[in-house]
Amino acid sequence: MKLKFAIFWGAACGGCGVAILDTHEKILDIADMADIYLWPLAMDFKFADVEKMDDGYLDVALYSGAVRNAENEEIALLLRRKSKVMVALGACAHLGGIPGLANLYTREDILNRVYIDSESTINEEKIIPREAWNEDGNDLELPRFYNTVKTLDQVVDVEYYIPGCPPVPLQIFSALTLIRDGMLPPPGSVIGAGDRSLCDQCERVKEEKKISGIKRIQQVIPDTKKCFLEQGLICLGPVTRSGCGSRCINSGVPCRGCYGPLDDVDDQGVKMLSALASSLDAKEEKEIDAILDGIVDPLRTFHRFSLAASMLRRKKV
Amino acid sequence: MSFEPRIVGFLCNWCSYTGADLAGTARIKYSPNIRSIRVMCSGRIDATFIIKAFLEGADGVLIAGCHPGDCHYQEGNYKALRRYRLLKRVITEYGIEPERLCLEWVAASEGERFARVVDEFTEQVRELGPLEFRGSIEDSLKNDNPVHEEHAGLGTGE
Ligand code: SF4
Ligand code: SF4
Repeated sequence: MKLKFAIFWGAACGGCGVAILDTHEKILDIADMADIYLWPLAMDFKFADVEKMDDGYLDVALYSGAVRNAENEEIALLLRRKSKVMVALGACAHLGGIPGLANLYTREDILNRVYIDSESTINEEKIIPREAWNEDGNDLELPRFYNTVKTLDQVVDVEYYIPGCPPVPLQIFSALTLIRDGMLPPPGSVIGAGDRSLCDQCERVKEEKKISGIKRIQQVIPDTKKCFLEQGLICLGPVTRSGCGSRCINSGVPCRGCYGPLDDVDDQGVKMLSALASSLDAKEEKEIDAILDGIVDPLRTFHRFSLAASMLRRKKV
Repeated sequence: MSFEPRIVGFLCNWCSYTGADLAGTARIKYSPNIRSIRVMCSGRIDATFIIKAFLEGADGVLIAGCHPGDCHYQEGNYKALRRYRLLKRVITEYGIEPERLCLEWVAASEGERFARVVDEFTEQVRELGPLEFRGSIEDSLKNDNPVHEEHAGLGTGE
């Protein structure tokens, strides 16, 4: 029996969908194991057809992207109803991802910025898209643009998470084979990733973490063998789940944390904050502050992919 | 009713908690707004604890540990200081005034100082008013409803 899949993107860049295609010839194996009933990125289907299905008709929904507007939420609810297993695919569905950084602003901030204030915009009448409109008896409606970006599991129950920005294609494939073979771990688990920290399997030489200055990658030529953090380059390896194959580390840039926190960690970014502060080589307030001035944007650096999933979720409104 | 700030205090076992005890046995009066939590060392106070306190309704969080050089575990209070300096920057970006987080060194013999620190911090937070972090987030989430629920029947162009 072939599995029935739906693949959808909410507030996403499309990278997760491309990562599925990037399984290369394995995409044929995916086609062997599953029939696809919805995939707006690659195929043509209608939501109305999904609505007509019996509840639980689909085996698996792979949802990538965060929930940023009412349409994203509506489809998440629809797919939840129609699917036996809901999978959050990629950092945005898992943790809010890059779109989640918008939680440092309000929806008014964002609409004003985009439609009125941005340098390349001329909008003298200050026209901002309306949510609902009526002309000549016809109603038009746009999905509400939310104030707060949400992770998928803040909106519907999610059985499994495949992390990454984007997930490593072969990890997607191995997660799908787990589903095919019925070898799934308990619901709530992360699949297609490791269970240790990235540091744990990092080949860079670690000596003593004593950071006396923090730099950005464009300001130095980093040593290719030594731990980034020990060179004063912020690397989220200590608080990030392994499984990506150290893509960034091996390309000469520190980890930005896209694979998300380890099991039982409440807040990846706050964990990083604690870890980093512990390793600073300073005891006086002034010295400490001078080192910290090197972190241009601490909140966005520590929570680059996880702000919407962080304990505080968003900037206070 | 006037606003009574809710203060969570993380006090290290060896110095500040003992200092607080001394304030008690010496019957020094200080503001009752603080809820003290004893930890073995100020270095043990994970940033997560502080964020959690704000989320659970604290209007202010006080960290108190041994004076520099006096840490029972040698380095714990320096760790606490570094975390505190970084956390202040981060909570500011979350929209929490940095003045709601305070770190003070209080020795075991400084009962009076403990009382003064608590009084001053309580007044500082009272000035800022209630934080209500969780409530404000929950309120804002309520506006994130699908548009058709609110605009059902909306028929004007205005
Ligand atoms: S901090 Fe980064 S560079 Fe250093 S060991 Fe961990 S993953 Fe490797
Ligand atoms: S090194 Fe970090 S940021 Fe890069 S792919 Fe791996 S988890 Fe993601």
